[in-house]
Amino acid sequence: MTQTFNFDINQLLDELAEKIRRHPRFNHQIKLIGIRTGGEWIAQGLHQRLGLENPLGVLDISFYRDDFSKIGLNPAVQPSSIPWSVDDESIFLVDDVLYTGRTTRAAMNEIFDYGRPAAITLVALVDRKGARELPIQPDICALQMQCHQTLKLTGPEPLTMTLLEDDSIPMAETP
Amino acid sequence: MSARLTPPNLQLNEQGKLKHFLTLEGLKQHHLVEILDTAESFINPHNPNDIKKVPLLRGKTIMNLFFEPSTRTRTTFEIAEKRLSADVVNLNISASATKKGESLLDTMWNLEAMQADMFVIRHAESGAAHFFAQHVAPHVHVLNAGDGQHAHPTQAMLDMFTIRKLKGDIYDLKVAIVGDILHSRVARSQIQALSLMEAREIRVIGPKTLIPPFPESLGVHVYHDMETGLDDVDVIIMLRLQNERMQGALLPSEREYFNLYGLTEKRLAYAKPDAIVMHPGPINRGVEIDSAVADGPQSVILQQVTFGIAVRMAVMSIIMSNAAQLAQSQTTDDTEERPA
Repeated sequence: MTQTFNFDINQLLDELAEKIRRHPRFNHQIKLIGIRTGGEWIAQGLHQRLGLENPLGVLDISFYRDDFSKIGLNPAVQPSSIPWSVDDESIFLVDDVLYTGRTTRAAMNEIFDYGRPAAITLVALVDRKGARELPIQPDICALQMQCHQTLKLTGPEPLTMTLLEDDSIPMAETP
Repeated sequence: MSARLTPPNLQLNEQGKLKHFLTLEGLKQHHLVEILDTAESFINPHNPNDIKKVPLLRGKTIMNLFFEPSTRTRTTFEIAEKRLSADVVNLNISASATKKGESLLDTMWNLEAMQADMFVIRHAESGAAHFFAQHVAPHVHVLNAGDGQHAHPTQAMLDMFTIRKLKGDIYDLKVAIVGDILHSRVARSQIQALSLMEAREIRVIGPKTLIPPFPESLGVHVYHDMETGLDDVDVIIMLRLQNERMQGALLPSEREYFNLYGLTEKRLAYAKPDAIVMHPGPINRGVEIDSAVADGPQSVILQQVTFGIAVRMAVMSIIMSNAAQLAQSQTTDDTEERPA
């Protein structure tokens, strides 16, 4: 039977922002990049909460996907917007859900086409475990869940996240 | 002018999407809009002159076959291919096998055997790209980089992109194309593109000898003098006088042509104050355009060249993307989950 569960997205963003603030690499000069579309929404919420000095960067990884030869180009592709140099900067890369890890791989490749950052810290609102296909793990996340659970993020205004289906309840927070 | 060289569906696949890009004839507005929107995504929003390299066509081989001289088109195609990470092969046709008597089709089949995925073709004969497209293997794509007096679709698309980028919605604009309409594949493709984009008004301006017969059938307004033709237009597209394609005396002299149809600052003043001046290049200063205009603030001639890279990247990636989607739809396995 399908159940749904609505998350309090603002509370999750508050938690995520707090974890970023406590991260050793955090300072107010870090550069935040959101991955279009969901990651951009999350990053916007974080950018506000963290009071960062630099404008938000947005990556559209459509041109970097590894499945172009299978599924073609995303027709809704838009330009990436990185309004500053990435060279020697500490970048916090934000996505909504970390799942196979392929999006993160594509995003990191794109970032390196812009330059050589000093460091990339991976922030995911949700770490969806059990289906990772690449050796990529989040540095910071607000929620962990199993891969049989499906999430639906809608936004940007209002931003909502719903857990669809199955019998389980959202799982424990990360330590 | 009216000869229909391309059957409407040759350049479209079973899903109605671009397979080759030969002409604008037979395409729909959505095909053009897709090209323009995709081109936009290759341009750095913080610096319109910056077009980044992406790994989209890695492992694909694109062969540029230029049977006719070209600087801008050939170079921007090559840059576009490299920015898409494709492997690029430029064939120096004049020094190649065709000189030794090999037929065009034999040349093409040999190049196919060398694992070409796409041919970009410029040829002095109208219909050359179309001829290639009829005979290539099903997985090979053909782009027309100018064939005779027929079509130059990527030039027209980069012009549409330039207009949309700098002037906004083409639907609201009055556009004048000035010069040798008769011999110009660029003008032909531009008129088709402007019609498909539903430009408010398309004008052609030139001497009677350089306007094709029955211009009304193209849906354009014809003017024979610059002052009335340029009145209140938003976009002026100047064409090069194509002496190499003219047979017989169509014009008294270049000087007289300049006196009558050259774009000077004085004539430019008849257009809207914020009108842009375009030219597909190469420009002939003092023949169709005065240096003061070509180098002036309203000239966007060099921006056209830069945008040409993004537009050609868009066309090539859309064609390869359509092929991928078609192949995917033909496999029965649709269990694949959206990765990443």
